[in-house]
Amino acid sequence: MSHKVVIPIGPYHPLQEEPEFFRLYVEGEKVVDIDIVIGYNHRGIEELSEHKHFDQVTFLVERICGICSTSHPFAYVNAVEDLAKIQVPERALYIRTIIAEMERIHSHLLWLGLAGHFIGYNTVWMWAWRYREPVLDCFEMITGNRNHYAMMKIGGVRRNIKDEDIPILRKTLDDLVPAVKMFEGAVVDDPVIRARLKGIGILTKQQAIDWCVLGPTARASGLNIDVRRDDPYGAYDRVSWNVIVQAEGDIFAKTVVRILELYESISIIQQCLEKMPKGEIDANVKDIPPGEGIGHVEAPRGECFHYVRSDGTNRPIRHKIRAPSFMNVASNKIAAVGGTISDAAITLAAVDPCYCCTERVIVLDKATHKKILNGWDLIKLSQEKTEQLKKSKGFPA
Amino acid sequence: MSIVDKIKEGLGDKIIDWYQHASRRIYISIKPSDIKEVAQILFRDLGLRLATASGQDTPVGLEILYHFSFDKTGEIVSVRVIIKDKKKPEIDSLAPLFPAAEWIEREMWEMLGIKFIGHPNLKHLLLIDEWPQEQYPLRHQHES
Amino acid sequence: MDLKLKALTKSLWVFHAACSPCNNCDIEILDVLTPRHDVERFGIVLVGSVRHADVLLVTGIPNYKTKERLKRLYAQAPQPCLVVAIGSCACGRNMFKDSYNSPCAVDEVVPVSAYIPGCPPKPEAIIAGVVKLIQKVQEKK
Repeated sequence: MSHKVVIPIGPYHPLQEEPEFFRLYVEGEKVVDIDIVIGYNHRGIEELSEHKHFDQVTFLVERICGICSTSHPFAYVNAVEDLAKIQVPERALYIRTIIAEMERIHSHLLWLGLAGHFIGYNTVWMWAWRYREPVLDCFEMITGNRNHYAMMKIGGVRRNIKDEDIPILRKTLDDLVPAVKMFEGAVVDDPVIRARLKGIGILTKQQAIDWCVLGPTARASGLNIDVRRDDPYGAYDRVSWNVIVQAEGDIFAKTVVRILELYESISIIQQCLEKMPKGEIDANVKDIPPGEGIGHVEAPRGECFHYVRSDGTNRPIRHKIRAPSFMNVASNKIAAVGGTISDAAITLAAVDPCYCCTERVIVLDKATHKKILNGWDLIKLSQEKTEQLKKSKGFPA
Repeated sequence: MSIVDKIKEGLGDKIIDWYQHASRRIYISIKPSDIKEVAQILFRDLGLRLATASGQDTPVGLEILYHFSFDKTGEIVSVRVIIKDKKKPEIDSLAPLFPAAEWIEREMWEMLGIKFIGHPNLKHLLLIDEWPQEQYPLRHQHES
Repeated sequence: MDLKLKALTKSLWVFHAACSPCNNCDIEILDVLTPRHDVERFGIVLVGSVRHADVLLVTGIPNYKTKERLKRLYAQAPQPCLVVAIGSCACGRNMFKDSYNSPCAVDEVVPVSAYIPGCPPKPEAIIAGVVKLIQKVQEKK
């Protein structure tokens, strides 16, 4: 079935440059070039940091990204603690780890749901997000909010995990294991999903190195890097867990990495709950001396990097923030180019960028620069491809 | 040989200053003119990963810290350069060496006004194209 | 015009217009569609084109890039179109109001019919806000 040019959305002038996030140029079905325009979420947070005192910055950076909402404060407090050589109490290290791993679970389930939606498996979407809800309930129970937990503090954590909450947390995790097994079976063993995702959006190991990609995107291309193991923080060196690496670099590999990481996260939290000692949760830091510090953590999307410099006053004089998507999204220049438009939606989503970024996609004809499709159309195309694959394999639509 | 020794050996007298802040935090100072060679040695020869680069407006010049991570041991080696000329700050781009440097340098250009010589695409990344020229959000107004 | 407005409160088609959010509000909006809350049973549907929208859900703060986009989206939405500002950022810019990249608040760009504060507002709060808005519209003669 040949694909005809689709009626453009809206009375746009054909040559008007829409400031979209991803501009895909196509020749027929093939993506031949991509323009990535970022800055939609730029709110000048680094500059705002210089006008807030050290404790206020923790709340500010939480709102860099809602899904990795604890990774940024975690990296920031690590940076300040590196700067001032602060010793964080043991119990606080465990609590930080538990919160960070719960965030990884909710983030990977979120991605699984969105990816399912993009390729037309809406039941995967609904089920993944359904199983995400109890995790958010636990967050609300422990921290008071489903998102933006405000747990990290320079020198410790702001709230304790109460003894009576622990059995509920344990039960939620125990109930999650069969759910993850179900997703693993549904996704990894499904021949249509294999056909849909295998060999698509490949990033080779050398490309992953040259583009300095991070997180599951890197580990799916055979790069064995994980900040939790390489430069341990929190309680990661006090519990045993595995770094999940796959070699193929395609979207199927990225999916497998994220699903298997769910098991590891559940195991890490359960070990932390066992080993967590009683005691203080806050080092009661008063002043930050002059100096510079670096903190990085393994957010669900990859390494979150913060650099902080202090001159001894109560505000940072420089705060550099680098989110993992900054490196991963750029690599779409390689991964998405050369593929077809029906694979574009899932390829762009495979590095797990902000949800909003995946909304802002347009497809332009390379020769005329005429806009022919938008993000919603791309998702529809992707879903249609899955339907065709199902039919060709004799599955009911 | 530890990575620290390999770096000392590889960079030789390009290292102006060496400071070890913590077991995995090392800061090296070099001349801006040496950055391309140093990056080649660290990234290609010794296999460190560029985590990011942070630019900063200081009283003595525009400082860039290139943060290289040696993932096998978790050490972060931050290479510091100070560009003294604030009116026309320039330094060699690392983008021809590896594509990951492209966006990192574009951000530093639009926030601080540092020109990266040899960069293939030095235009606005985060700010709108119509952002007023010579207005760099992270530059401070210093009292003389 | 008023009959039209009342009629559209039977089944609201919503378009999600994100400015510069941190994405939390956006995820909670999507959450409202999932099985636990499931507003599709009320006829509330997320649409892909603003030209089909009855309600514009706005999240985040408008920065220089997204301010123009928001204006354009509102202009393309068929009137009457209700605008709902979801989240503290959309309501009043929150802690970003002093940012060099934040020229104005949402209600200085488009007229807002309902403000749902929260960081992020829980799905229950979003539903409650939308219900309040529908009731208010239905009360109008």
